Amino acid sequence: MKIIVCAKQVPDTNEVKIDPVKGTLIREGVPSILNPDDANALEAALSLKDTYGGEVHVISMGPGQAKYMLRECLAMGADDAVLLSSRVFGGADTYVTANTVAEGIKKIGGFDIIFAGRQAIDGDTAQVGPQIAGRLGLPVVTYVQAIREVKEKSVIVERQMEDGYEVIEIPLPCVLTAVKELNSPRYMTLMGIEDAYAREITVWDEKDLNIEPEKCGLKASPTKVWKSFTPPPKGKGQMLGGSAGDAAAALIDALNHKNMLKKEG
Amino acid sequence: MAINEYRGVWVFAESRGGKLMPVVMELLGEGRKLAEAAGTSLGTVLCGENVEHLIQELFELGADTVYAADAPELKNYTNDAYTKVMADAAAKYKPEIILMGATHIGRDLAPCVGLRLGAGLTADCTKLEIDPEDKKLLQTRPAFGGNLMATIITPDNRPQMATVRPGVMEKAERTPGRKGELVKLDISLTENDARQKILEIVKTVHEAVSLTDADVIVSGGGGLGGPHGFELIGKLAKTFGGLVGSSRAAVDAGWISKNHQVGQTGTTVKPKIYIACGISGAIQHLAGMQNADCIIAINKDENAPIFEVADYGIVGDLYTVIPAIIEAYEKA
Repeated sequence: MKIIVCAKQVPDTNEVKIDPVKGTLIREGVPSILNPDDANALEAALSLKDTYGGEVHVISMGPGQAKYMLRECLAMGADDAVLLSSRVFGGADTYVTANTVAEGIKKIGGFDIIFAGRQAIDGDTAQVGPQIAGRLGLPVVTYVQAIREVKEKSVIVERQMEDGYEVIEIPLPCVLTAVKELNSPRYMTLMGIEDAYAREITVWDEKDLNIEPEKCGLKASPTKVWKSFTPPPKGKGQMLGGSAGDAAAALIDALNHKNMLKKEG
Repeated sequence: MAINEYRGVWVFAESRGGKLMPVVMELLGEGRKLAEAAGTSLGTVLCGENVEHLIQELFELGADTVYAADAPELKNYTNDAYTKVMADAAAKYKPEIILMGATHIGRDLAPCVGLRLGAGLTADCTKLEIDPEDKKLLQTRPAFGGNLMATIITPDNRPQMATVRPGVMEKAERTPGRKGELVKLDISLTENDARQKILEIVKTVHEAVSLTDADVIVSGGGGLGGPHGFELIGKLAKTFGGLVGSSRAAVDAGWISKNHQVGQTGTTVKPKIYIACGISGAIQHLAGMQNADCIIAINKDENAPIFEVADYGIVGDLYTVIPAIIEAYEKA
């Protein structure tokens, strides 16, 4: 079984802070990590390999520093990693990212399943996985929370819904996007880390993928960022002091005054 | 792409089990405002099996045109079939804007429809406006876990597609007896449009938790110290006639199920009263509740960020403060 995993290096948004004076994002010192849902995607691929044999290839698009994240994937047990990297890829929206990654996947070729994380924590769009499927003409199931059965020509998965789940059978090859409930990603092994750091990561640019530069990056993207801003903080309200009883009474009084209590009579 | 050929605002009328999803009312409310600002009409696309009864409802909620696709293959949502129907309809009738709810279905469907149409797509919008100058759609959404807001545009491609976070936009008002135009869509589905086979649909949520519709939400977080704390949270919620919410910390700790989670990765809520108990106020949580009319925060730590957005703050042990509030409420 040949499996391709789409992974993204992202800033750890839990560590992102706002400059209180300038009101801008402080990106310095924010660690870059393997996107959490992508770690679940990789784990799903590795555990299928554990059961059925085969190979796991990881593909990513990003700047050169994304090699660190790809080495982590190798250290977890992936067999090979490819980074799509070029100046002309910069600023791509989800549509163009999906097109570019789809070309990389075609170049790897011969796959049975493509896994991606449901969404990346820096953008939270959940669009690239299904759009890669669309570009490759493959069926897709998003929000996969369990893999029930792998058959010769299909796979049966659970798709997470807001109020439960659906059991879906989908033919191979296909694209599946993983949610965190799917599994617990394994740790890197010491041997794996040593091995991963000795390896060269393959890097492909637009020439390797045979895509025209005009079809890449910001220029080709249907959507553009018009402006970005930090959300205005809401003014601090009133602190209610005294004993718990005093504070509670003051609160109910204030709500009553504002007509916010539905109480009858 | 001749963008002037594209006219009208469309809303995807997501239905499950023969009922419209609540977000559809919100999309119709917002869609009406956008259609007026853009000087155009409001259409909706309805897919399903035996969904005629929803057509009149959509007219009453403000749709000028209902594009209906009624077929057994469309009984339940599947990516292939719905993508084909939506993309074919949009290619034929050329709407300038398509809105979908950012539900597990909308976020599956929109990227695939957008790809087929070559459209720009913006996920999880919390604010939509029409640029008064050139009528383009300004789509504002949170990024970086809510640390940053970005306004996205689609200058040269049509349609302009957006998914919209449930619970953010105002619902459409219902006008009984309102009429509109019905267009029946041609459906041409092949085997290649039915690759996902649904074997079973399992509902695991038995308790009705519709946080997006609640007037009052009482949420508990890590400060509860354990699952037992939600008994007290439940009591306070009952006193106020509200529902129980939670922070991500309480869900991750396994104290309460995920459908109670408020925040960036949970539900976005806009109740009249939001009471945060033992929640420090991570930016991801604030992103999901800061539009509540009145926010009340109870926390031991007077420096907790939750107090920065609270209308009323009480520093203290929630196990003392909450019973006091219940008592004061009953006396009032």
